[in-house]
Amino acid sequence: MPPTEKRIAELELIAAKLRLHAVTIAHRLGEDRKCHPGPALSIADIIAVLYFETLRMDPARPDWPDRDRFVLSKGHACPILYAALAMKGFFREEALWTLRHVNSMLQGHPDMTKTPGIDMTAGSLGHGLSLAAGIALAGRHIDKRPYRVYALLGDGELQEGLVWEAAMAAANFGLDNLVAVVDCNDWQSSKSVPVSKLMSVQPLRGKWESFNWFVEEIDGHDVAQIVGAFAQAQKNRGRPTVILATTVKGKGVSFMENNNSWHQKAPTDAELESARRQLLS
Amino acid sequence: MPSLESTRKAYGETLLELAREGRDIVALAADTSTSMYTDLLAAEFPDRSWDVGIAEQNMVAMAAGLASTGKTVFATTYATFMSMRACEQIRTFIAYPNLDVKLVGGLGGFSAGIEGVTHLAVEDIGILRVIPNLAIVAPADAVATRKLVRAAADHRGPVYIRLGRDPSPVVFDAAYAPRIGEAVTLADFGDDLGLVASGFIVPEVLAAAETLKAEGIGVTVVEIHTIKPLDEKSILSLARRTGALLVAEEHSIINGLGSAVSELLSEKFPVRIKRVGIPDRFTESGTPDELRDKYSLRAADIAAEARQLLRTRSAEKP
Repeated sequence: MPPTEKRIAELELIAAKLRLHAVTIAHRLGEDRKCHPGPALSIADIIAVLYFETLRMDPARPDWPDRDRFVLSKGHACPILYAALAMKGFFREEALWTLRHVNSMLQGHPDMTKTPGIDMTAGSLGHGLSLAAGIALAGRHIDKRPYRVYALLGDGELQEGLVWEAAMAAANFGLDNLVAVVDCNDWQSSKSVPVSKLMSVQPLRGKWESFNWFVEEIDGHDVAQIVGAFAQAQKNRGRPTVILATTVKGKGVSFMENNNSWHQKAPTDAELESARRQLLS
Repeated sequence: MPSLESTRKAYGETLLELAREGRDIVALAADTSTSMYTDLLAAEFPDRSWDVGIAEQNMVAMAAGLASTGKTVFATTYATFMSMRACEQIRTFIAYPNLDVKLVGGLGGFSAGIEGVTHLAVEDIGILRVIPNLAIVAPADAVATRKLVRAAADHRGPVYIRLGRDPSPVVFDAAYAPRIGEAVTLADFGDDLGLVASGFIVPEVLAAAETLKAEGIGVTVVEIHTIKPLDEKSILSLARRTGALLVAEEHSIINGLGSAVSELLSEKFPVRIKRVGIPDRFTESGTPDELRDKYSLRAADIAAEARQLLRTRSAEKP
């Protein structure tokens, strides 16, 4: 059943709050331990839908064996994931401001042993799909449990060969409990050159189809489309599903949108205030 | 002539036994399910043995995912590809989260000699020894393989297990009872010198000890099947007893057992040490025995180095 307009508005508000958290984290961390606000904003709507609509989980039982799993392959976008985990109640919001500090439970990239709610250590790019495929193999063919596994990848990350080793294996093993989302914002770390110019990964639909995946293409900032894509993936049988989500890096904060200097940077006081006004309007 | 038995076959048979006992294990292979005998497990437990094809990085990363669900995973390929192709996956996704994955590398040392340098693994232990949380185990024969694969299954956390290729001499009998992290004294002929050995070179070291004994030189042979964590107590005790150690392994002399022993003793009880291993150079194709002859890993070479070490030490004594 498609979400109601009211539910869509709720999820959009959650996404806006997550965005504000991510920008606030980046501001509080400052330049000395700067994090990645642009990549975080890019996936805010996808994270909002996953954590507040799609994933079956219980913050009181982070190790629940039948929980759905999420692997943030583009681990540098973790501020938005940590914000979602705090909002879900996996840990207190105050912990967010300790990110990238010594002795923090929140590491610079996700760490499954230190942070409740993190299902898999990730962040060196190219690994998330393999890690998720391993979990999905256990659930689908060995333990035969109902959980589903989601991996969120960047588009630049698809330049890593390992992604395609995993894509091949997941299709060969018939892992229809596995969903990959590609955050297609057409930017990577290199400041001035988009993915499509640095080392294009297109055409993506054809690549994934040729690897025998179900492919869905959506606007990665349209909450209703995101909800619908995950619902469709649950119905797909026999093969894994990839959702190609077209996104805008820095989405939601005008001066960060498509400005790759915000890949890893701390906002000033004035920039934070501007972002706050835009996100809460 | 000692009997010969394959360590990798012993490995596959042990996995099957573990599955029959109801252990929650899964084996992964990278186009190595036949050569490393994980297909023995697949034949009886098809949902417990998977081959990902020629994709070692994916195999090790998938092993991490599988282990995160509570399974004990045996990821299986050749030592050279395990330690080099999948090095980051081992370090960041197995060792760092301390997942229960056993990384099994066949064709260790000179055992794949005929293939040449591309397939020879003489650096594997050195590459992996620097990674925290990762135990490193080198069984000396098929008997040790059976026992140490079981011990690794019982050991919570990552273990690298170095195996061989073709049937190799059986050194041990059923009484051999290795425990991960504990040295085993294999011969005690006296305090003149300590011989410390690991892996496929153990039978050569034992033969060298017999030769030396016949010459009136009494040595003690200690086997280190677990290079990490090192049994520091046993090595220190041997150094105190004998005052000089010869360390032998079928591995580069850099960063293997010889280095581990040297690091320990130079800090805690400095004695003269001789490392016997493969020199810091690329080797070549040849049968394992040809390479062991050419690169001086035979009993006669070890005995000669032992005599030289004793002469050096006598000359230094006041």
